[in-house]
Amino acid sequence: MNYQIIVCGGLAPDPLQTLEPVFDTVNPSLRNELMLPFVFDPWAAHALYEAGHLAKQRPGTTVRVVSLAPKAKLQQVMMTVAQKLPFELVALDGPGGGFTDARAVAAALAEAIASMPDLDRARLLLFGGWESATRGAGAVMQRVAERLGIREQFLAVDELSVAEDGSLLIKERIEGGRHQISRCAGPPAMLAWATGSLPEPPNHPQTGMANMRVILPALQKAKTVTLAQTAEYLRAALPAAVRQTRVVKDVPAAEIARELAEWIRQ
Amino acid sequence: MEMENAQPLDADIVCTGFGPAVAGFLWTLTQGLQKPEMAGVESRALPGLPPQVVCYERADDISFGVSGVVTRARAIRASVPDLDPAQIPLASRVRGEKLVYLLDPWGVTRRPAWMRLADQLCRALSGVLKLEHEGLELPWIPPFLHKADGFIFSLGQFMQWTGQQVMMTGLAQIWPGTPVAGPLIEDSRVAGVRLAGDGSEVRAALTVVGDGPVGPVGRQIDEAFGMPDGHRRDEWAVGMKMVIDLPEGCTLEEGTVWHTLGFPEPEIFGFLYVHPGRVASVGIFVPSWMDSPVRTSYRYLQHFIQHPYLWRHLRGGRLRSWGAKSLLESGRRGEPFLAGDGYARVGEGSGSTNVLTGSGVDEAWLTGALLGEAVLELLREGKPFTRENLEATYVARRRASWLERELRMAERARNGFQWGLLPGFVGMALAGLTGGRLAWPRRGRERGVKPLLDYYAGRLSRSQIERAQAQAAAEGRPLHDVLMDLCGWPPVEYDGRLLVSHQDALLMGGKVQAPGEFPDHVIFRSPQACRACQTRLCIEICSGEAIHAAAGGDGVPGFDREKCVHCGACLWNCPAANIEFCAAPGGLHSAEN
Repeated sequence: MNYQIIVCGGLAPDPLQTLEPVFDTVNPSLRNELMLPFVFDPWAAHALYEAGHLAKQRPGTTVRVVSLAPKAKLQQVMMTVAQKLPFELVALDGPGGGFTDARAVAAALAEAIASMPDLDRARLLLFGGWESATRGAGAVMQRVAERLGIREQFLAVDELSVAEDGSLLIKERIEGGRHQISRCAGPPAMLAWATGSLPEPPNHPQTGMANMRVILPALQKAKTVTLAQTAEYLRAALPAAVRQTRVVKDVPAAEIARELAEWIRQ
Repeated sequence: MEMENAQPLDADIVCTGFGPAVAGFLWTLTQGLQKPEMAGVESRALPGLPPQVVCYERADDISFGVSGVVTRARAIRASVPDLDPAQIPLASRVRGEKLVYLLDPWGVTRRPAWMRLADQLCRALSGVLKLEHEGLELPWIPPFLHKADGFIFSLGQFMQWTGQQVMMTGLAQIWPGTPVAGPLIEDSRVAGVRLAGDGSEVRAALTVVGDGPVGPVGRQIDEAFGMPDGHRRDEWAVGMKMVIDLPEGCTLEEGTVWHTLGFPEPEIFGFLYVHPGRVASVGIFVPSWMDSPVRTSYRYLQHFIQHPYLWRHLRGGRLRSWGAKSLLESGRRGEPFLAGDGYARVGEGSGSTNVLTGSGVDEAWLTGALLGEAVLELLREGKPFTRENLEATYVARRRASWLERELRMAERARNGFQWGLLPGFVGMALAGLTGGRLAWPRRGRERGVKPLLDYYAGRLSRSQIERAQAQAAAEGRPLHDVLMDLCGWPPVEYDGRLLVSHQDALLMGGKVQAPGEFPDHVIFRSPQACRACQTRLCIEICSGEAIHAAAGGDGVPGFDREKCVHCGACLWNCPAANIEFCAAPGGLHSAEN
């Protein structure tokens, strides 16, 4: 069997950036958000790599990314993501980030998916991150699935395999640091991925060039989305941090732990 | 490394490096391709489609460039007449400009006698002169240094903005995180490039070489085709900068530009520019003609920002970003062959930096814009990208431009620095004020780095230097740090916000990273040459402390690519030319430099 995999994924600031929330109860934002470098949300990226892996194993499987983000930023990030594996893009031009309302984001994504003319629910696997790096609410994927009427939902997924009878074996993280393996008869299903087990694929220029033939037109016809803001934010701040850094190689873990303990004691 | 499916890619034009020059090229080309007269032009690589234009950038994002940019922006404004700085984060108009001579507040710099006398005179006449906080604001800025009516940019933000505009046309693709290993040279013709990583070949009728002064494509083309007679690349500098959140209550106004000289060493020039939103870029240039065998730019930068003239505004600020790059300061003397069969050179690597005006971004943009016009002409007329055609269109445009005129004026401006500091300043003034007609003569041999003992003669004894070497090795510190301590430089009191260790600057400021799948990109070719090396300049100059005295003790330096900012300073500082500097992704992950 082959699948129609749809990966929902937004953008997040490059992980090492210093973020500064600008407090505003109606329109909270990050200071200088426009100028931050962005990446494809790391949790959604895991989902995308898993989708690509499954597509390789199952000829005929298609991978489509649905992304809600400012179009210019999305285009910039796609120049990196598109080199990883073959996929199509459905671009929604709208706000991203940690202050958007999960309900409104889910509604926009679900609407974009539901309106795909070739949507085939019998082959549909809905992928995404179990949370986003911008906030970590972990609410969007379940809401999208509910809106699409997908009842088989799996959260914090680390592994997916397809049994000989076509059923899906899904390994999820559960409390206590343990895993739970479930069997699902088949699509449609929603899998919100944790880290999975695949490394980031290396850049592949040929793949990038091929992807761009469909991604660029998709970006050019991106639908503009306005999100209703229903939440009121009372406060936004970063945790206080103290740092002192040494970048070292080949130091045993025990030595690092000893140094850290000493530093904390001081 | 994954080698499967490494099939050649076909394009019409392939560009290497996305800096201001290639940005100017792509801007001009994509704007031109949208005009009615270009409607019939189609790709030869993929018939039926518009020309296929791709650009490969080594860094992980198009916004990760480094430069302190204050520019008259003549070429940029000619390309973008309605340029609105409000559309580009951190951009501002220049609103006030000062040239400031910084005195030595601690009596620790290596000032020549005439400069020490100048300091004393300044202090004695402080009631008459405009001396504030050990800084003398010079009453007159030579016209050639002026940036009046210009712009202050963050290069990263400017590149991000131009890159987005270019890509939105759909007529060019800019691929970050894709280093180019070298050119494909076939029968004395450049036929495209070979990518690092999976080794793919990208074949194109025209290769636009804009990978900067230390880029592998430009260097390999120089090796293959040589340099024009009398042209050499022998003057360089490390530019290192911080982007600082100014403290609350700071009175520096947006658009302020300071050029400084005199501190932290007489040879080191500095700058401060104020961006919108209470943010400033502050940095220094450490030149190759500074004869110190130990010249760790980061320590100098820390002392520079603490000079009383700057510190009164910067104290209490916070480090937002940090970065460093090599600057090719040979100017027109470092110009390679600008065009050949299948290729053209643009930007800093093509010798476009004006060392008299201290300006390079706008000049680089112009070279790209001129090439863009030339390529549009050749495409329109259906002519191939041969040496003759590129010389008749691109090189001819360049020779007729203000860039050529001004580069010729600047060509001999820095000759004096080969003789010493005073001849250097006099020579610059002569060249600047006479339009290049008068200049200090060039010295027969280049001013080189002195041995440690000679450099510190009169200040430190042999035994002190030997003890310092032992201490630096034992503590894993740069030798320069220990020697500066011994010479009386005050210790840097870290505050965890602005004054931070070099390694913290890498992470807090530069956000330096290295992807896992690439091998080391700095290679020491001959272990014997390293063992015989007395100066180990590669370790001292390294902008990220990535090159270090390896623990193994075999005499070959170690290299931590996770710390490398790809400035390339090791390449031109190695006295034995023993370093191979390859293309690799990673490095700075800050978009604010």
